[in-house]
Amino acid sequence: MQATSHSFKQNAHDALADAQLQKALSKMRPGFQQKRADVVAKLPEFEDLRDRGRDIKNHVLEHLDYYLERFEENVTRHGGKVHWCRNAEEARRTIMEICRSVDAKTVTKGKSMVAEEIGLNEYLEEHGVEPIETDLGEYIIQLRNEPPSHIIAPAIHVNKEQVVEAFRAKHTDLPPNRPLEEVGDITDEARTQLRPKYFAADVGITGANFLIAETGSTVIVTNEGNGDLTQTLAKAHVVVASLEKIVPTLEDASSILRLLARSATGQEFSVYTTFSSGPRRGADLDGPEEFHVVLLDNGRSAMLGTEYQEMLRCIRCSACMNHCPVYAAVGGHAYGWVYPGPMGAVLTPSLIGIDEAGHLPNASTFCGRCEQVCPMRIPLPKMMRHYRAKEYREGKTTPQVRTGLGLWSYFAKRPWLYRQSAKFGAALLGFLGGRKGRIATLPLASGWTSVRDMPAPEGRTFQQLYRMSGHGKKGDRA
Amino acid sequence: MPRAGSGEAVSIRKREWESAVSVSVKARPRVGLFVTCLVDLFRPTVGFAAISLLEKAGCEVSVPESQTCCGQPTFNSGDFRDSRDIAANVIAAFEEFDYVVAPSGSCAGMIREHYPELFEDDPAMAHRAQHLAKRTYELTSFLVDVMGLEKTGAAFDGTVTYHDSCSGLRELEVKTQPRKLLNKVDGLKITELPGAEICCGFGGTFCVKYPEISDKMVTQKAEEIVATGADHLLAGDLGCLLNMGGKLKRLGAPTKVRHVAEVLAGMTDGPAIGEGEN
Repeated sequence: MQATSHSFKQNAHDALADAQLQKALSKMRPGFQQKRADVVAKLPEFEDLRDRGRDIKNHVLEHLDYYLERFEENVTRHGGKVHWCRNAEEARRTIMEICRSVDAKTVTKGKSMVAEEIGLNEYLEEHGVEPIETDLGEYIIQLRNEPPSHIIAPAIHVNKEQVVEAFRAKHTDLPPNRPLEEVGDITDEARTQLRPKYFAADVGITGANFLIAETGSTVIVTNEGNGDLTQTLAKAHVVVASLEKIVPTLEDASSILRLLARSATGQEFSVYTTFSSGPRRGADLDGPEEFHVVLLDNGRSAMLGTEYQEMLRCIRCSACMNHCPVYAAVGGHAYGWVYPGPMGAVLTPSLIGIDEAGHLPNASTFCGRCEQVCPMRIPLPKMMRHYRAKEYREGKTTPQVRTGLGLWSYFAKRPWLYRQSAKFGAALLGFLGGRKGRIATLPLASGWTSVRDMPAPEGRTFQQLYRMSGHGKKGDRA
Repeated sequence: MPRAGSGEAVSIRKREWESAVSVSVKARPRVGLFVTCLVDLFRPTVGFAAISLLEKAGCEVSVPESQTCCGQPTFNSGDFRDSRDIAANVIAAFEEFDYVVAPSGSCAGMIREHYPELFEDDPAMAHRAQHLAKRTYELTSFLVDVMGLEKTGAAFDGTVTYHDSCSGLRELEVKTQPRKLLNKVDGLKITELPGAEICCGFGGTFCVKYPEISDKMVTQKAEEIVATGADHLLAGDLGCLLNMGGKLKRLGAPTKVRHVAEVLAGMTDGPAIGEGEN
């Protein structure tokens, strides 16, 4: 996927001016946020579970090689195959080879952010294989030819009218005057369109929420059951997953599953939780003939042992973006790559570099809500700050910010000079505020005054008034 | 990654400090007021209100002259070296006190949560930083949680709504303390703000680096404040108050804006934030 993270500011500007998008985003608070709060309030051990989830993933990340090899052994034992892919190109090529080996014309796909990350759909199309998204949201944005704007609700930026428009434009085999006013009409039409595709598909591709080392199983959670149809009906099931999805045991996966849906959609559990352990066995009535796991690194192993390692605990629940006031203001497309919101602000620069994604860790108020709701207790603001520090060290902080900081710290380190200039500043700004007590335009602070007034200082600094009221340098007791 | 065993060592050290702190606390604890750069420059009234409240709670208050800023602007911009220098100045200025109190959850959070982290690679300074961090509090939480203050004796005729500033709320768990004291102010009525825990869009340098996004956030906040019908907005952090106050003024809203300390100390005779002389 072509990144546009470097133009985050422009993207954000456009997003803020998009009335339809703003309307869609305004539903986050009563939706995701309220539902999560309600379901978490009903589970007394939720905080303990967060500790457990964090500990499981920390353990796994310390022994990643061990558990991945156990996983491969067990997948192989069940008749499946694990393909180790260092980067997006290797993963795309591997999947294409599997498609060729079964002479695939079409593939059905469950929702997978890793597939987005490696630009799989474009690649398949270029090589003559038609990918069909089966998750309703993904299907909608595929028809609209755009990337997802949210990691679990890919079409959250789209309204009903736009869905109808896309359906009428693309489902040309149906009568143009058919009713599509009700949500039920829309979902029925999607179901009718997709059903034969499941049967026709040669390959079914899904992502994975977990890879379980002790059983060699992969796990997906969905609410539509599309993943099950995708992986059960095709000749070959390809799981594309990044390597940090590994957990040691079924028990561990179960613990984290208790966190996942609650944090994501505010459900106690997703409607479907599906475990896949290899291809169809002799007596099985259905299931794929082949089972492949495309295991992707794509920059993740390079995060191990760095200040960003904890990011690999992420289970892609989306709680951070659902609670992020910046995401709520600009939506997911503004972030310019696959992963938006706070988790994207850390993961994107880790995977595609700070030259492209430098804005993302800066575009945060550090309000801390993401960390507060993260089921895996990932210190997201801290890691964003580490990226700011990396930019500062490498001289990539913008010149204005650098100059401003340099001046500020010069004074902050010299108390006497600081006091004199604070006196001057308070007097000047107080004068500019005049009788109104506020300043409407201030050339050097236009970032502030372009959108809000600057309340004027009272005229003298606290230190000035405090010393004037008889608190001398030595006896500075109040 | 902390190694196995180091956690235990840390907690033993923590206990040592705790006992050191409790031994040195006298009947009248000596409090160093960390004024904060914004209060010093924009709103000295908040500093005097803080002194008045701390004295009422039975503290002996001093204001070290050599204090400047907590270093948060440089820290959050990734300039850790200058942040360490600024932090070292704060540590030296406040080391002698039983407690450090700031009329800001953001600055208190910086000292309490981030100073120790800044000196991770410098054990001697880390020790001093942790020592200071342990004794540093946001004003309302210090008054309620440490000094056990029940009421401040102030009176205020009006309806207020309250914004929970992010750092105080999430780093220091400041939530009930200001409300507890406000509820005892004669004549004051609180109308809760929906989304009180959602960021106002200030975020330090964020508001000038990304003014359009900040504007979107503070506009929504201002609209929700006005919708409460409260005649005053209160909060515990001047940065947020300048942001929300500046937006309310720009929108022409009648809501008056004050730091919670002003109301708790009964120092509300002067103009509110962003207001001129009457």
